[in-house]
Amino acid sequence: MTRSTERIDAEPTERTPTAVSQPRLGIIGWGRWAWRQLTSMRTALFLLLLLALAAVPGSLFPQRTADPNGVVQYFKENPGLAPILDKFQVFDAYTSFWFSSIYLLLFLSLIGCVLPRTVHHLRAIRTAPPRTPARLSRMPGFIALDLNDDGKATGSAVTAPDAIAAARSLLRRRGYRVAVFEGAQTKDSTELSVSAERGYLREAGNLVFHIALLGILITVGIGGGFGYNGNRVVVEGQTMINTLAAYDSFNPGRFFTDAELSPYSIRLDKLAVTYETQNKDARGLPTDYTATVTARTQDSRNGYKTTIKVNEPLNIGGTNVYLLGNGYAPHITVRDPRGHVVFSDFVPFLPQDSNLTSLGVVKVPDGLQQQIGMMGFFYPTKAVAQNGAFYSSYPDVKAPMLTLNVYSGDLGLNGGVPRSVYTLDTSRLKQLTGVSTGVKSIELAPGYSQQLPDGLGSVSLDGVSRFASFQVNHDPAQGWVLLFTVCAFGGLLTSLFVPRRRLWVKAIGQASGPLRLEYAGLARGDDPQLETVVETLAQNHIEALRNRDPGASDGRHPEEDTRRTT
Amino acid sequence: MTDTLSQLSLLLIIGAIAIYAAAFVTFALDLARRRSPSVTVISAVARHAEAETPTSTTRLANAIGNTGVLVRQSTTSADAHEERPQTSGVLRAAFVLTLVGFGLHLGADVLRGIAAGRVPWANMWEFSMTGTLIIVGVFLLVTLKYDLRFLGTFVIGLVLLLLGIASARYYVPVAPLPPALQSYWLVIHVIVAIIATGFFALGFALSGVQLLKARRERQETDARPPQFAFLRTLPKWAALENLAYRMNIVGFILWTFTLIAGAIWAEKAWGRYWGWDTKEVWTFIIWVLYAGYIHARATRGWRGSRSAWLALIGFSAVMFNFGIVNVFFKGLHSYSGL
Repeated sequence: MTRSTERIDAEPTERTPTAVSQPRLGIIGWGRWAWRQLTSMRTALFLLLLLALAAVPGSLFPQRTADPNGVVQYFKENPGLAPILDKFQVFDAYTSFWFSSIYLLLFLSLIGCVLPRTVHHLRAIRTAPPRTPARLSRMPGFIALDLNDDGKATGSAVTAPDAIAAARSLLRRRGYRVAVFEGAQTKDSTELSVSAERGYLREAGNLVFHIALLGILITVGIGGGFGYNGNRVVVEGQTMINTLAAYDSFNPGRFFTDAELSPYSIRLDKLAVTYETQNKDARGLPTDYTATVTARTQDSRNGYKTTIKVNEPLNIGGTNVYLLGNGYAPHITVRDPRGHVVFSDFVPFLPQDSNLTSLGVVKVPDGLQQQIGMMGFFYPTKAVAQNGAFYSSYPDVKAPMLTLNVYSGDLGLNGGVPRSVYTLDTSRLKQLTGVSTGVKSIELAPGYSQQLPDGLGSVSLDGVSRFASFQVNHDPAQGWVLLFTVCAFGGLLTSLFVPRRRLWVKAIGQASGPLRLEYAGLARGDDPQLETVVETLAQNHIEALRNRDPGASDGRHPEEDTRRTT
Repeated sequence: MTDTLSQLSLLLIIGAIAIYAAAFVTFALDLARRRSPSVTVISAVARHAEAETPTSTTRLANAIGNTGVLVRQSTTSADAHEERPQTSGVLRAAFVLTLVGFGLHLGADVLRGIAAGRVPWANMWEFSMTGTLIIVGVFLLVTLKYDLRFLGTFVIGLVLLLLGIASARYYVPVAPLPPALQSYWLVIHVIVAIIATGFFALGFALSGVQLLKARRERQETDARPPQFAFLRTLPKWAALENLAYRMNIVGFILWTFTLIAGAIWAEKAWGRYWGWDTKEVWTFIIWVLYAGYIHARATRGWRGSRSAWLALIGFSAVMFNFGIVNVFFKGLHSYSGL
């Protein structure tokens, strides 16, 4: 991202007159000035550093996209500060106006740089290497030799055209673009030189890198606009169908339409979890999750069995289905005093710790005298702490136990306001069991049943299944993002490691005296090898002159090639 | 078996720490001895250039044979140094100690891997152990090409510090891989990130020395009393700057690869290639900082000390990302095992 004149290795340009007699700037003038400022190297550098700085707050504060619960928590803990921070979109840092404006300016600056450079480079590719400098001795790696006019050793004397022809073919063979120039001609001496340049790929790679970055930005935007992702909790034995209504949460892109949802269904047959049992330092650590599912698509209506694992999503109907979470779903049945079932279902309990102590809520709005809500914990392996509290000591189901506190009153479901199935709003409920009421909480092992307080009915724990939390993801532009990323990486490699350099060989034939040969080079950009390359060139050139077969000389004079580029 | 091997690994690492400590002291001693004018030690890069110049002249002369006379050869070497010293025995001893320490360190790392039955980089302890191993490894590797032994004090100092903190705070017994890490991307993504860190560490050291050297050169031009006598024997700041740049761009390329590989893995494991997870954010910040460094170096008025400061900030961010973000920030990369 550079304006060529600001680059440290830029060719010197004539200084434009400053300040003295500048005309007044009109709107176009100011616009041009602003564009120049924006696309200047300094601005690009400043914006880059600003971008790095602006990315920091998003890692310090919880983000709505990555950690929504963290945001809620932050609001609870800092009720004064949080709303102010929220005004500045600190909790949506990476879509905030300030972050977006920085990267958009940066990309604008990038376009302003890359476009003229592309034009310039396309022109450079078609032009011949520039004229050999008059004084090579000022260039890096300069070497000068006098070649003895020793006809006996080589068969015939080496002339300036011979030397230049040899240098030219040597350089061409090494991939240099060459041009031969005639230098000053005097009575006593003739000067002939070859100017060579290589490494056009360096600039090309640089341009590809920057353009590919632009491509990444655009394709990421497109993917976000047309893609979607959704989450769904599925208990063993249940089926999820890829329709909007089936998702627990759904994040569509801006341009999403229902038609994008391809019809398929997935039944979770079994979620197998393996725990470490041998290693005493890691006992109970999960080592494998395997969800066995039956998938049905339009093409395979009878369905096929497959598995979904962490790191191994299922590709189905243009989407990927990921296994992101797991937990227990106790099957709970509530009966009225006459024994009629008023509620019977698997209730997913959300894991709270690594041993899967899980928190869940049961809501029974109809069928009993009053609406009741129950909130409690499920312990896959119940253990009792010294203070009498229960906890889970192992994540697998070894000694399961469900505890519930019962509330009655208004569940708040009639107001039409959506309520989370995982939380119980107790503001309009009366607590019937638990510490403060003096009535013991309900404690159930599988297969057991217990009476609800106040003669409301009974509740039973029929069994425990696992649930899997699946995420379905569709990003139509993902492949393009990858393609541009690979281009960017390739461009980066070429732009940093292909050396761009010029080499010159000059032959000065003196009327009286030996042939003088001069070698020098110039690096454009970082080039650790330059001096070695000049040395090797000189060495190989001399060798070529020594070994040349005078008889095979085709008599063609290199002057014919003068100023012709190849 | 697992227990025995991991115990042995721990023993080896303690041995490596002891040897490194000795190497550190010896390297420091070498720097101290460079103060006295009688004992001068050749500057690294210079010696390399020095060694080559005569041979290439000879080669040229041979090539020319009796047909040519070499009248003049000037190499405008940027590596030109100020003194004409020879390698000191102290420096050689320090280097040998480093090699021995590296051997023990490598053994410890391999044993840990065998004990765990997987690559030894899946939690903070293993990151630290492998990371420091790679830093020393990159140092040794680069020394084959450019003699950077004068950086030994810094490199071994950093490694000692990191290993010390790690063995005190990060040690965890061998544990199996959690399902989220069971992927070949663990092998690729993490090791490339660690190697990138190794190159950034060397770049950081060179940039730091470059700043000191530039300061000393300014002091000399201004006829003020120059500080840090050992700097006298080091290459000129421009040569150090070039070397730092080379280290940093290799690091940058590897870091870019880390970022890409991480995104591909994230897509497989978490269902999105980029989600502004805290670790992703910091990896991105580091990438942008080093991109800034590379741009700064190509901007008039920024090459030299200003861009060197950016390299220092970049490496500080790398260390922050490793030591602070991994352990204290909430995110999906919570694999510290602590």
